[in-house]
Amino acid sequence: MNTYEPNERGYWGEYGGRFVPETLVAPLDELTNAYFGYRDDAEFRRDFDLLLKDFVGRPSPLYFAERLTEKLGGARIYLKREDLNHTGAHKINNCVGQILLARRMGKTRIIAETGAGQHGVATATVCARFGLDCVVYMGTEDMRRQELNVFRMRLLGAEVRGVDSGSRTLKDAINEALRDWVTNVNSTYYLLGSALGPHPYPLMVRDFQSVIGCETRGQILEKEGRLPDLLVACVGGGSNSIGLFHEFLNDGPVRMIGVEAGGHGSELGDHAARFMADAAAVGVLQGTKSYLLQDEAGQISLTHSVSAGLDYASVGPEHAFLHDKGRVEYVSASDEEALAAFRMLSETEGIIPALESSHAIAHVANTAG
Amino acid sequence: MNRIISNFDLLKAEGRKGFIPFVSAGDPNLETSRQIVLTLVENGADIIELGVPFSDPMADGPTIQASSQRALKNGVTLKDVLAMAAGLRTETDVPLVLFSYLNPLFRYGIERLADDAADAGVDGILVTDAVDEEAAEIADVLRKNGLDLISLIAPTTTEDRLKKIAERSSGFIYAVSRAGVTGAQNETSTTAEALVERVREYTDLPVAVGFGISTREQIEAVWCYADAAVVGSAIVVEIEKCVNAEIDPVKCVRELVGWLLPQRQKPER
Ligand SMILES: Cc1ncc(COP(=O)(O)O)c(C=O)c1O
Repeated sequence: MNTYEPNERGYWGEYGGRFVPETLVAPLDELTNAYFGYRDDAEFRRDFDLLLKDFVGRPSPLYFAERLTEKLGGARIYLKREDLNHTGAHKINNCVGQILLARRMGKTRIIAETGAGQHGVATATVCARFGLDCVVYMGTEDMRRQELNVFRMRLLGAEVRGVDSGSRTLKDAINEALRDWVTNVNSTYYLLGSALGPHPYPLMVRDFQSVIGCETRGQILEKEGRLPDLLVACVGGGSNSIGLFHEFLNDGPVRMIGVEAGGHGSELGDHAARFMADAAAVGVLQGTKSYLLQDEAGQISLTHSVSAGLDYASVGPEHAFLHDKGRVEYVSASDEEALAAFRMLSETEGIIPALESSHAIAHVANTAG
Repeated sequence: MNRIISNFDLLKAEGRKGFIPFVSAGDPNLETSRQIVLTLVENGADIIELGVPFSDPMADGPTIQASSQRALKNGVTLKDVLAMAAGLRTETDVPLVLFSYLNPLFRYGIERLADDAADAGVDGILVTDAVDEEAAEIADVLRKNGLDLISLIAPTTTEDRLKKIAERSSGFIYAVSRAGVTGAQNETSTTAEALVERVREYTDLPVAVGFGISTREQIEAVWCYADAAVVGSAIVVEIEKCVNAEIDPVKCVRELVGWLLPQRQKPER
């Protein structure tokens, strides 16, 4: 059995690692030691599980999408309802785990980046819950298209700082959060929102999100008496997808597909599909080595997607590894396909999905029949 | 002999301390950058740091971010910076150190970079976001071509790490004066002196201090305990201001350096 654990330097095969300025090495060591100290600590697990249950509202249902199944006329389709979590997305799972860690580490100031604003809202929420200062960096383009989440973060007492550099999206927000962290290392905990960044973040975020797959496994066995044929999830940084997939990686017959943002074209700059054949190249960005959209000179390319949460030039390193191993397949759905799926799910199931998740629905719609 | 070592030896013999200016290559354009470097050398620079522009400079403050952005708008690549270095090498013996993030180097290929940089007359490379084993691997490749990988240390660097970094370093050690990004700052950091003292326990290599140094007083303060002072954002900002005001940036840099290093005479070479 493969455990899909990275090595002690945070590498899955050639992907991952820790590519940061020297100033951040000590705080990352501190974080790694703290995380490994609590990872299997009974009390920590108990606090985590309790908050997931009573604060987040877990377990989230595994819902049989009856009308969608009928409409597509093929596979029986289930939806793992992470949208029913407190604050409306899976992001809160990771935030609960990391805030418990930050508190045990004695940190008093929390910073985060956000794209769609879901991670920012989830971070602001756990900070309010524990009375900690919260600063969220967000690209000004994302602030414009996700205005409601900016309002929610401020209501929760967080300071939202707009980032005007680069493409004014998630990548630029992460740069700014890293700059803040490097400047305020002693007091500050960086609560990163996806399975990205330097070791130990990709591992830690995956662990906290794997509650999704653990629940799904039990639920599908109960409902269908068997494992699923196929798992489909959207891949931005890769946290909801790795959270779902991880528990099934050793179940040989279970196929898995990660859906990236196909944007509005296949030229560099028109999409955020890191694994798309023509564009696929390995590089180093924001602390990790992975697939990375970049030009010939190694400059990071701009990306495009209707969904702010998928609009990112790189992808979590474990996905890069699973891609190369062939354990998970990666495809993309275009803006247009995602928007059509968004409408279809709303109309057939009475469930309005996030634009991010709509990419996964789009792939299901295209292939389930 | 290695130009970095011989320059520091010369400084020591003359009882002087070093001045290491940073120039963001290609801002406002490659030709002006070249002239700025030559002016800096004429006016007392002991080593030149040449910044390779990168789209996502996470360790830089707003000044150098904007400067990299301007260089990228001009289409400047690592290849251009190497060509610029080769051109400079025909005119001066000043040690040249490239200052870069990893991805442009990684994309170019580290082996190929080591060959081409050595051919261009580059003396060392500083990679902002490579540490530990990753840095050691790059250092090995560079060293085979006679290049130094300049190591960074920071106030947060633990004793164990200082020792390890010192062991694998060559050329000189770059001590980051404070936790933070690049950018001019008014007060002199007090953490830098302690850091330099700590690293001296483990190495005889020269130690340069940088990040936030922008005034004559700060340079002189650094010279009391370190071997050289690095000045980056203060020069980049001066160039930006003068370009915007349509004043010759080369002249501005010459004046700035005259103000930063009042007693400095042109070093004899
Ligand atoms: C609902 C939802 N799904 C998916 C994502 C993409 O992130 P990840 O790939 O880390 O799950 C986001 C990001 O904001 C999101 O809000």
